[in-house]
Amino acid sequence: MEFRFTEEQRMIQDTAEAFLKAAASPADVRAAMIQPKSYSPEFWQRLCGELGFQAMTIPEAYGGLGLGYVELAIVLEQMGRRLACSPFLATVGLAANAIMLLGNDDQKAALLPGIASGETTATLAWTSPDTARGGGRWDDSAISVTVTPCDGGYRLDGQLRYVIDGDTADLLVVAGRAPDSNGPEGISVFHLAADANGVTRHWTPTMDQTRRLATIELDNVRVSAEQSLGQAGEAWPALAQALALGQCALAAEQLGVSRQALDLTLEYTKERVQFGRTIASFQAVKHKVADMALKTEVACSAVYYAACVASEVLAEDGDSEIAGELEEAAAMAKGYCSDTVYFNAGNALQLHGGVGFTSEYDIQLYFKRAKASEHYLGNGAWQRERIAALLLDTEGEQ
Amino acid sequence: MKLTFSPADERFREEVASWLSANLSGDFAQLKFRGGPGDEHSFPDERKRWEQHLAEGGWTCIGWPESAGGRGASIEQQVIFAEEYARAGGPGRVGHIGEGLAGPTIIEFGTEAQKARYLPGILKGTELWCQGYSEPSAGSDLANVRTRATEGADGRWRISGQKVWTSLAHESDWCFVIARTEAGSTGHRGLGFFLVAMEQPGVEVRPIEQLTGTSEFNEVFFDDAVAEDILGQPGDGWRIAMALLGFERGVSTLGQQMQFQNELDEIIRVAKANGAARNPMIRQRIAEAHTGLRLMRYNAMRMLSGDQTDTGSSSLVYKLHWSSWHRNLGALAMDVLGPEAELLEAGPYQLTRLQALYLFSRSDTIYGGTNQIQRNIIAERGLGMPKEPKGR
Repeated sequence: MEFRFTEEQRMIQDTAEAFLKAAASPADVRAAMIQPKSYSPEFWQRLCGELGFQAMTIPEAYGGLGLGYVELAIVLEQMGRRLACSPFLATVGLAANAIMLLGNDDQKAALLPGIASGETTATLAWTSPDTARGGGRWDDSAISVTVTPCDGGYRLDGQLRYVIDGDTADLLVVAGRAPDSNGPEGISVFHLAADANGVTRHWTPTMDQTRRLATIELDNVRVSAEQSLGQAGEAWPALAQALALGQCALAAEQLGVSRQALDLTLEYTKERVQFGRTIASFQAVKHKVADMALKTEVACSAVYYAACVASEVLAEDGDSEIAGELEEAAAMAKGYCSDTVYFNAGNALQLHGGVGFTSEYDIQLYFKRAKASEHYLGNGAWQRERIAALLLDTEGEQ
Repeated sequence: MKLTFSPADERFREEVASWLSANLSGDFAQLKFRGGPGDEHSFPDERKRWEQHLAEGGWTCIGWPESAGGRGASIEQQVIFAEEYARAGGPGRVGHIGEGLAGPTIIEFGTEAQKARYLPGILKGTELWCQGYSEPSAGSDLANVRTRATEGADGRWRISGQKVWTSLAHESDWCFVIARTEAGSTGHRGLGFFLVAMEQPGVEVRPIEQLTGTSEFNEVFFDDAVAEDILGQPGDGWRIAMALLGFERGVSTLGQQMQFQNELDEIIRVAKANGAARNPMIRQRIAEAHTGLRLMRYNAMRMLSGDQTDTGSSSLVYKLHWSSWHRNLGALAMDVLGPEAELLEAGPYQLTRLQALYLFSRSDTIYGGTNQIQRNIIAERGLGMPKEPKGR
């Protein structure tokens, strides 16, 4: 049984941890989040140039490193720990996966090397204003940009909201649907340059300042048939897989956020003295922190199980039986980690007492990231309903 | 990082599965899925015969070293055996305290003569063991032992005192007992680890009737009972007792999870049949239970793969996780059934399987270290938080 990191994976973890600790210190993060792009371009260049993390999961044939999703999850966990501001999640965890799963060889050859080299940042733009209906819906019903056949190609119209790094990315992967289509039917995905005619983008300032969101307006945007990733109108199954890979990626990041919220709490409670003893010596505190540790451990198992499954999905000769667990694995990981990250960050804030409410202490940044990451791609309740549907809505239901 | 077992291990799995399917037949077929937690009182004689039959097939104590009579099976093989045993519906093992606790402790601390005396009976399934740790005043505070051991002029140790919550005491041939060898000592010091025959005038077993109406646990009274042996030296008792608890963790957990899966499957079956599966709150809880169980498996695999992380090892959180999960499952079972949950299988107090789950799972968060003690252990050992002050 080898459900543990290999030596090589340990080395990646050590490298990522050391680099991010130095290059994404709390001071760096606070400086980056108020920069024009909400990240430091110098940091991004170093991340791509010196470490090549953005190229990890891209096949070698397209300029990448051809590593698995476990390696990616290791890096994302460390990024979460530091709240590192960068277009990494949008570019690697969302857009690149969509291109890899939907694109043909020519499209991959055209689009992936730029991402692998770090020159191109990208995002997946798929969520309409309807995504917020009912408190958040993260399935095909979130897609409402219309895709109308036109002059041998298509025209795209509509609004996309909550797009991560949507106004700063160079490359957009956009999902839309045929007019009057519903559910998983009629969905298409296109790649287009962010400066294409008819595309208007604007930043929507966010409560969690460590991750940037934007709204994108598409007004009579023309795309050619060659820009369609996958068969036009039939893109949903592969897009759903890409979104599941995105959930795995975000869950890994949430694990890091959860872990750091725990570590900051330990550090603080072991130093803070009240009633003549450290507050870490009070059982009310110890037991809450023990619950945080339990959830972090289980979240860790969830993330790396899902990452193992995701690796088989992306690998050319992946084990199809394991790959078939993707939907469930992603839902379990994202659901469990979403609950954990809020539990840990919320309790961390509480256990910091008054200083937790100050701007000066970092725990507030983790508390804000927790809620933002909880919602994106579906919170715990959303994921549990997906799992319930897999378990309960099968044949034999009355 | 891998999720799968090696081809050699998968062949071992087939070997185990085919042996079990061929042998859990005939007279033994009635034992399938019986004798587990909450059902330990059923078929005691038949299950003893099954234990001996397992032994004849070479399937007891497979994780013991070959020098001690075991197979020297790898962790993977032990996990596979536990999984296949549970999957096949293998009955609750009457020999598990001997195989999992007494045996490994004797192998570690016993003399050659002691190994020769005690191990064969465990291997053959002919001598059953129970555990004499807890006392009325030594629950979570396990070191607060009052049972005394005194060495007579004949060189034999004699035991007097009371143990409690002793599973299978009424079925057992032997009990390992921690008792105070040094008069006036307190806490961890001055304890000895004794091997005591249950069939003797100085030992009395009284069943404890539980809230389930059944009696899995007992009180055991020792009145000048003769100890056949002491393991190690007087004063080594605590060290040996703690080492024994270390053997308890691990490989059986994946087999236990198979039983949990059977219970969850039953709840899902009921929910689909009575329409609870359409209730949004129930759907959330079933999905949460399913997720918790799946992740328990990957926790265990991480633990058994030897992965240690920096927030306390996965083994420290394991007990708290499964016990809390199982207790929640019991409540979920009742809430899926609704008012039907109240109706007994039969009078005067015969519980249904799910009622037994609901009630018995309450003991999970208490025995073997309560949830509160587990949280102390995680905080202190795993996270380096200050130890609880002791009031003496």
